[in-house]
Amino acid sequence: MDGTIITTYNTRDALLKLYEEKGGSIGKHDSTRIAALRKEGIGLFSQKGFPHTKLEKWRNTDLSKVLNHSYSFPLEAETGEVDFEEVFKCDVPGFDTFMVAQLNGKFIDRGKIISQAGQGVVVCSLAEAFNKYPELIEKHFGKYAPVAENSLTALNTAFARDGVFIYVPDNISVTETVQMVNLIHSGDPVFLQTRNLVILGRNSSLRLVQCDDSVDDQIGFINSVTEAVIGENSSLDHYKLQNKNDRSALINNIYFHLEASAVLSTNAISLNGGLIRNEANVKLNGRGAHADILGVYLMDRNQHIDNQVFVDHAQPDCTSNEMFKGILDDHASGVFNGHILVRRDAQRTNAYQNNKNILISDKAVIDTKPFLEIYADDVKCSHGATVGQLDTEALFYLRSRGIGMENARMLLMYAFAAEIVNRISIPQLRIRIDDLVKKRLRGELSICDQCVLHCNAREQKVAFEIDLSRI
Amino acid sequence: MPIEDRASEGIFLGFQYPVEIPGVSITNFMRTAVNEQRKYHGLDPIPANEFLAKMEEKKQMLEITAKLANRSVNEGFSGGEKKKNEIFQMAMLEPSLAILDETDSGLDIDALKIVANGVNKLRRPDNAFVVITHYQRLLDYIVPDIVHVLFDGRIVRSGGKELAFELEEKGYEWIKASLA
Repeated sequence: MDGTIITTYNTRDALLKLYEEKGGSIGKHDSTRIAALRKEGIGLFSQKGFPHTKLEKWRNTDLSKVLNHSYSFPLEAETGEVDFEEVFKCDVPGFDTFMVAQLNGKFIDRGKIISQAGQGVVVCSLAEAFNKYPELIEKHFGKYAPVAENSLTALNTAFARDGVFIYVPDNISVTETVQMVNLIHSGDPVFLQTRNLVILGRNSSLRLVQCDDSVDDQIGFINSVTEAVIGENSSLDHYKLQNKNDRSALINNIYFHLEASAVLSTNAISLNGGLIRNEANVKLNGRGAHADILGVYLMDRNQHIDNQVFVDHAQPDCTSNEMFKGILDDHASGVFNGHILVRRDAQRTNAYQNNKNILISDKAVIDTKPFLEIYADDVKCSHGATVGQLDTEALFYLRSRGIGMENARMLLMYAFAAEIVNRISIPQLRIRIDDLVKKRLRGELSICDQCVLHCNAREQKVAFEIDLSRI
Repeated sequence: MPIEDRASEGIFLGFQYPVEIPGVSITNFMRTAVNEQRKYHGLDPIPANEFLAKMEEKKQMLEITAKLANRSVNEGFSGGEKKKNEIFQMAMLEPSLAILDETDSGLDIDALKIVANGVNKLRRPDNAFVVITHYQRLLDYIVPDIVHVLFDGRIVRSGGKELAFELEEKGYEWIKASLA
């Protein structure tokens, strides 16, 4: 297979040239529909290019700096010298996951098979799925991530080649938690486009943890797209953990599609990252569907976090609940954009949205924008956004018990984030994240050479009081 | 002197309106506070089991039955629960001087008894309590050694516990009148 490396500062032109040369081999297993979709994607990208700050949706997130590097675009990752078992070792106590690893965007087949494979559960690479499950690919791929509206999704669709494919048939509850670890480990600045597809049939359930990590401090740009379709009466419990170096950019577009009575809980936990943009698109496409869209971000230095949430209430009797909380220090900047669309037929919609922020320094910035677009008349829809400092009365109260200023601030920041962390329904994961948040607030969390969950290995003594009630 | 150092030196303030702090559990809060005060005095942190035993002991002493440990500090507490929590914190921190600012306001009679009982049980020859109140009722349960009457920020009259009874009977007007 071809390992192509092109180096240039004009990322857009480089990508277009790459597609011209390699497009044929990328799409060699394509159906007519998908071939047309790729063509449409690259056409749109060629026309629109990368998003820029003149676009309303990108007003506060500037990609120009992170794009101004000489990226290489590995279509095949070099995986020779890496000890996978070492890199992807999971040592979270009691946290048994079925781990699927991606290194530099390439799915690593570690020969492991999910225990419910006999019942039809599939976890494999997207490339493999194109060969083995063409009817599922044909039915779902590209159906939920519209290329027309988003040039990055269009670009990803054109190049989509590898990533994770998960299929859960009807009436199956997947007992193992599937953990997707996406590591970047490369000598060169890499530009990657991963693509994932998650399909849940009816009456099924899945817990999915998506980890994005850096191994080194090399520059990287990830343009990731995930499509997740949740069938009737099924549930998806989804977590995104982001702990990346300050020179990395991560664009995470997720398209959730919920059928009747489906339940989604998605939680984005951003601990570190140079530039992170999470776009969660949730389409409630059947009666009685429910979505919880949660997020917590802890940013400092010059880090930038952008959470874009779009909830599309397309059918009646659906409920959605958004809650994002963030703490920004130093020169960090944040964006929250919450768009709720209630279509004309979506009567008895109940939608809630909230974004709360604490700015620690006067140089930190948050742009938060609720946007409700309602066309039905029997609707309960509310939103709130706050930007503030730490509660001075609460600080005084804590200090009056002998707790020093620094620890009092830490306790309050931790408490602020805890509201989201406490919603994590996998207990071992909750404890781990809880710990990571504490470390992050103390400035003790750095990017690890393993998955974000593995920090245990090089754990420093944590002076912060661990909540005994959880032990 | 910063307030945290005053606390470590042994001063405790029981708030009239304790603040709600969502997300901070009482266990975590108290353990941090106890350890910070220990650190101030050059002591090592209290071992976890010892701390939990101490929490249990103080709860029993104060006849607090509620499951405090997992709850956030004062969050969703009733007026009475908040005040009981203040007394519980006082019991945990063992101050040498406790100032209770209108601890009796907004309390029902059962909560008042628990609060007063707590103060009485914590009373030792080597510590002191300043109880700020407008009513004689609390003093039925906490019998004061000395009563001071404050007016315009000054102590205008001092006496034994009889002074409180006299005030209850006559009101404050006669003191104001006698000052004029």
